[in-house]
Amino acid sequence: MTSAEFLDLSVYATFVMVMLSLAIAFVRLALGPTLADRVVALDMMTVTIIAVCGVAAVATGVYALLDVALVLALVGFLATVALARFAERREARQKGDPQ
Amino acid sequence: MINIIISVFLLLGSFFALIAAIGVLRLPDVLTRMHASTKAGILGSSLILIGGAIYLQETEITVRVIAIILFLMLTSPIGAHMIGRASVRDLQSKKDIIKDNSQ
Repeated sequence: MTSAEFLDLSVYATFVMVMLSLAIAFVRLALGPTLADRVVALDMMTVTIIAVCGVAAVATGVYALLDVALVLALVGFLATVALARFAERREARQKGDPQ
Repeated sequence: MINIIISVFLLLGSFFALIAAIGVLRLPDVLTRMHASTKAGILGSSLILIGGAIYLQETEITVRVIAIILFLMLTSPIGAHMIGRASVRDLQSKKDIIKDNSQ
């Protein structure tokens, strides 16, 4: 086996493993008992999609995909922070509620 | 030779991403799940992006990859800290409710 064939094979294997980890993180997103579990799973999925962009850039040679990864890193952080603050405020509001 | 190096980076990165996903699924509580997703997940995607930078071999790509990795490593502790604070307060207030009911 030449080294170029090995690279092709490892790109396919990387695609399979990264997509598998995306699916597993999605299972946690669907199951997750609390909101914080779902936010963690969503964060994990964002990081995994950044990895998918990297593998796709290697497989196709289109390097505009790395711009997608950069924007996804920025937006994913904002989503995580917004959801975490939402969870915290909702908690504070429920606590302050005299029932 | 360089193809072998790229393959090793890609396979190591996908291995760590898979480990992180299994950790997010299997670990018992929010704080341990966060530990899996922040550390192993960021390491996996950083290794994959470094492999891509070695494969494409252009200066602008390398700068972009370094920016993505730096940004991930700067922001993921902040996000994890905020989720952890929210979930810890959630757990504490649940404990308080149980105490109030038992009195």
